[in-house]
Amino acid sequence: MKAASKLYVFLIMLFLYLPILVLIVFSFNASNSTSVFTGFSLQWYRELFQDKETLQTLYNTLLVAVLSAVIATVLGTAAALGIVRLSKWGQKLVMNVTNLPLMNPDIVTGVSMMLLFVFIMTLFGGSDVLGFWTILIAHITFNLPYVILSVMPKLKQMDPHLVEAAQDLGCPQSKAFFKVILPSIMPGIITGFIMAFTLSIDDFVISYFVSGPSFQTLPLRIYSMTKRRVEPSINALSTLIFVAVLVLLIIINLRQSAPHKPKKGATR
Amino acid sequence: MTEKNIIDLKNIVVEYDGEQVLKGIDLSIKDGEFVTLLGPSGCGKTTTLRIVGGFVEPDSGDVFFDGKRINGLQPYKRQVSTIFQRYALFPHLNVYENIAFGLRVNKVPEKELQQRVRDAVELVGLRGFEKRKIDTLSGGQQQRVAIARSIVTRPKVLLLDEPLAALDLKLRKDMQVELKSIQQSLGITFLFVTHDQEEALSMSDTVVVMDKGVIQQIGTPQDIYNEPVNAFVADFIGESNIVDGVMLKDNLVRFAGQSIACVDKGFGKNEPVDVVIRPEDIDVVRPDESPLHGLVDSVTFKGVHYEAIVDVDGFKWMIQTTDVVRAGEEIGILLNPDDIHVMKKSEYSGKFGDYSTFSEEMDLLSDPNYQEDAEESVAAEAEE
Repeated sequence: MKAASKLYVFLIMLFLYLPILVLIVFSFNASNSTSVFTGFSLQWYRELFQDKETLQTLYNTLLVAVLSAVIATVLGTAAALGIVRLSKWGQKLVMNVTNLPLMNPDIVTGVSMMLLFVFIMTLFGGSDVLGFWTILIAHITFNLPYVILSVMPKLKQMDPHLVEAAQDLGCPQSKAFFKVILPSIMPGIITGFIMAFTLSIDDFVISYFVSGPSFQTLPLRIYSMTKRRVEPSINALSTLIFVAVLVLLIIINLRQSAPHKPKKGATR
Repeated sequence: MTEKNIIDLKNIVVEYDGEQVLKGIDLSIKDGEFVTLLGPSGCGKTTTLRIVGGFVEPDSGDVFFDGKRINGLQPYKRQVSTIFQRYALFPHLNVYENIAFGLRVNKVPEKELQQRVRDAVELVGLRGFEKRKIDTLSGGQQQRVAIARSIVTRPKVLLLDEPLAALDLKLRKDMQVELKSIQQSLGITFLFVTHDQEEALSMSDTVVVMDKGVIQQIGTPQDIYNEPVNAFVADFIGESNIVDGVMLKDNLVRFAGQSIACVDKGFGKNEPVDVVIRPEDIDVVRPDESPLHGLVDSVTFKGVHYEAIVDVDGFKWMIQTTDVVRAGEEIGILLNPDDIHVMKKSEYSGKFGDYSTFSEEMDLLSDPNYQEDAEESVAAEAEE
């Protein structure tokens, strides 16, 4: 029975990770074949790092990810602080409105944002609006709910008298916010930031609709490369992205599970 | 304790959503006194405490601290410190940094800070716990951290909002003794809020009994217990039989069909009154030894004594006695003049002190605490 369940788990893992395993293995292939492994080599990685255009899109992706994550984290934290002060009914309403974009298919979000940007562009008589700024705005928008969702529980767990306690000990209210509230919800803020950052790097569908020829992100670049011919350097690039996202996800999970550790030594 | 008043509340009124939570509170607290605000949930005791702390502004009335009016003064400028019900410790700081918080904010030099934190840690018995995280501490230890964090800033008044409510019975008893000794060794004023009458009686110099936003009685624990001013106080503090009576003249009151000598005077001739008889003050004798008789309804063995519900002239009394009594038995009831306490009629007359529907569960259901919990939570929400 035990062996059977182990086999089952193994099969699931195989099913889930086989494609990625193949990708990683072939990124180290010596030849440019996608079916025969001829020997270990780092040549595709070397080639990747000589490809100026790809490196530029990598830089673009990181820039958008950092900026959108920072801005979404600040806005989302501020929003969460406001939302917990609402009445129960108001909280429910705002949270539902916030969650809607999460449920909304990316393609709908992407198309609607593109339409909005183009609409505004024609309204003000501009041209060529799709590019860095539209991607940034779009990424901030879809990151926002994730930040709010990760900060809210921390705020709700917080003892409502915490600020009063700080004031009581000599802090003016504004100082109490930075000395007490911010540090106690920091784990939620950091989780929200990492999540936003990961999602931004990851995003293809929305970016596809709101980007223009002047500004491309890495996922868009990979997509356009595969349209011509699947080059093994894409394998190398995808492997790197996978590893980066994996590391970030591990960090998020470690952070989330850390506060729930069993309490040790709770004796009098 | 000196004769100087440290806190004076003058005609304090607080309203939430048009409902008066405090209806004109007057209270003076002496420097170094241990004062307890006692009352059921929703009586306004916590609101009174928060007014002194500066977290609630009265809609009318004045707050004086050391003779100076402090209405509108921000909490961080007041020389008082609060121990919150769930302690409100800072989860991101360890025990040492929690205690040091108030000193760091006020930029106390590092050397003095270390000394003062060490003294506070010593006082509350937390040595060796300085590096621990807050969430690894038990309720009792968190309580001690909260006390240390407050007293390290040397407040003139410590405000305690039901600080023992979250602890189990044994720990609560220990902490009562400890809090009292901390108060005595520091010599500062404690303003303590509780709904536990036993806690109030055993710890306080002065007890303030509140109900429905009104102070019912202020006095020493002995005064409050022995000379309650109305049926509410008599019932809230301990068990009481409260029966209708008529004051025939000074030192003579008629109730339960008998005229009985008492020590109370100063009432009008034939004035209707409430008569309080504590269950433990009643002597059970043979029926022929006293004019006052009763038929035993039921008896419960309580260890130290028996608790009997006795029908006296159609009214059920609770009697606590060490003599053996049996259900169905006719007994004589003997009262000494000073066992009887006579009170003027009030809005609470007839609402308390009748044991005709008494049972353990009923006691819980008819507990004023129990009913008014709902009101309190409404008030608490309005506050936020």
